Amino acid sequence: MLSFIARRLGLAALVALTVSALSFGLLFLSGDPASAIAGEGANDADIAAIRSFYGFDRPVIVQYGDWLWSALHGDFGQSYYFQLPVSSLIADRLSVTMTLGVCGIVFALAVAIPLGVAAAVRPNSIVDRLALFLSVVGQAMPSFWFGLLLIVLFAVKLGWLPPSGTQSWTNFVMPTVVLGYYAMPAIMRLTRAGMLEVLGADYIRTARAKGAGEWRVLFKHALRNAVIPVVSLAAVQMGFMLGGSIVVESVFALHGAGFLAWESIGRNDLPTVQALILIFSMFYIVFTFLADILNAWLDPRMRTG
Amino acid sequence: MSEVEGVVEGETIGVWGRMVQSDLWYSFTHSPLAMISALFALVFILACLFAGFVAPHDPFNLASVSLFDSLLPPAWQDGGNISYLLGTDDQGRDVFSTILYGGRISLLVGFLSVAFAAVLGIAVGLVAGYAGGITDAIFMRIADIQLSFPAILIALLIDGVFRGLLPRGLHDEVAVYVLVLSIGLSFWVQYARTVRSSVMIERTKEYVQAGQVIGLPPGTILFRHILPNVLGPVLVIATIQLALAIITEATLSFLGVGVPPTQPSLGTLIRIGNDYLFSGEWWITIFPGIALVLLVLSINLLGDWLRDALNPKLR
Repeated sequence: MLSFIARRLGLAALVALTVSALSFGLLFLSGDPASAIAGEGANDADIAAIRSFYGFDRPVIVQYGDWLWSALHGDFGQSYYFQLPVSSLIADRLSVTMTLGVCGIVFALAVAIPLGVAAAVRPNSIVDRLALFLSVVGQAMPSFWFGLLLIVLFAVKLGWLPPSGTQSWTNFVMPTVVLGYYAMPAIMRLTRAGMLEVLGADYIRTARAKGAGEWRVLFKHALRNAVIPVVSLAAVQMGFMLGGSIVVESVFALHGAGFLAWESIGRNDLPTVQALILIFSMFYIVFTFLADILNAWLDPRMRTG
Repeated sequence: MSEVEGVVEGETIGVWGRMVQSDLWYSFTHSPLAMISALFALVFILACLFAGFVAPHDPFNLASVSLFDSLLPPAWQDGGNISYLLGTDDQGRDVFSTILYGGRISLLVGFLSVAFAAVLGIAVGLVAGYAGGITDAIFMRIADIQLSFPAILIALLIDGVFRGLLPRGLHDEVAVYVLVLSIGLSFWVQYARTVRSSVMIERTKEYVQAGQVIGLPPGTILFRHILPNVLGPVLVIATIQLALAIITEATLSFLGVGVPPTQPSLGTLIRIGNDYLFSGEWWITIFPGIALVLLVLSINLLGDWLRDALNPKLR
């Protein structure tokens, strides 16, 4: 197990390092950063001054090392657009995104697991078919369009919820539903498959034979084992969700990190984009790492992979 | 060596006959859901392809579009006009016609990016699976890295980079290809992983060893002999990813980084309609959305059927 963790950690570190190099390289992909900062109509002397001010005249590898070292200390440089440190810009935006992500996954689990259990208890029943229908439709509906439908219904027609903004908790209701909806089909299918497998096992028959109630059999005995793979799936989904929040936050104008990423790409604000890409990818790397470790811990057969 | 009976028979009944006799066809004709999906997808694709003949109006011909007809509701509502079945948008363009023209762009981007991702992914998977060792390790680490970037973010970035590099007019012209590149680049990993694991199983089989013994070059063994045997799962992935690519394109266009509004896709149409949502002109955004969902749904259902049909063990 320890050697598995070490190997997996090494891989995660390697991926993280490459990701950091790629996001650093971004700055240079879209042309000369110095003239981008200077804007149109700047003369050569201005650009040269900016180049030396930001240190663009040093060797690339030195700049990368410097950038990485600062990034590790939470310093992502200055935003071109706001003229503020990127780290302070991101900090409170990130808490919005994290809140949304946690709410989304909790919502998804709270709906998908009971639905998956109900579907497994009576395969091919109405509940099972309804669950399948929801997941098939869910996969076909783009999240931005689902968000728009919710806005039309709950904000425009009924006026129950605010259509956009970040003022109160009511702003988070619709984004949570939209974000969570996309994690549901996979969680539900996995719960259903796991429950179907477990419910046929001998120990369930034993539990029933000794007279345990149906609820106790389902939730105390069966679900405990069936839910194991769901936990690591949820960790991976959480990583995906932070990426998916770009779309959801843009639809609802929720001022989170995803919305900031979208705005910053439009503004060519590269230091902010760099930092956000790095953070989003790091979240994903950490969550998949945790999921793999969890899987390996629960299922020894995974440790060889 | 005499001809094997079955082969001669197979040649006489021809490709069509063999298809009708195949298990896949049997499964298809016994799955109403798959047939309905296929029919819908086919009709939709054909209608989009021949939008010039099918659409009642040409929404991009400025001479035939009139601002007097703008924001008309669907035909069955008060104030609707029967010639504009699903109503008109802010510029007086027929919503039904723009859906057909927009669907054409969405499908074009979808098919091209799936083709791009499939070619890239299959090539990487074949080489990685067959070569093994260090080559395999390098390719699979690249795949891991690719997966740790959210797909939408990658696509946003690639688009941003091109926007910075190209002058405005030129960017609009190549927007479709930029989209194909950015969607394709985030989709190749699944093909690579699937093909790789299939190749690793096929590699040890006798027909591959036989090929190696008679001295066939690795390229011939890979593409002529192994590739046809690993195409089944690839077809399933491609179908499901076509739906995903169409959704991704729509999302990007909705975020305003996809195709330009002069050449709108379904996603662009939804974005245009979004501005009129609060004033009550819901049809501009709802109908393109319904078209998009139905298209993606039918492709997804076909993909699900194909997966089950090709691998009965999964059920």
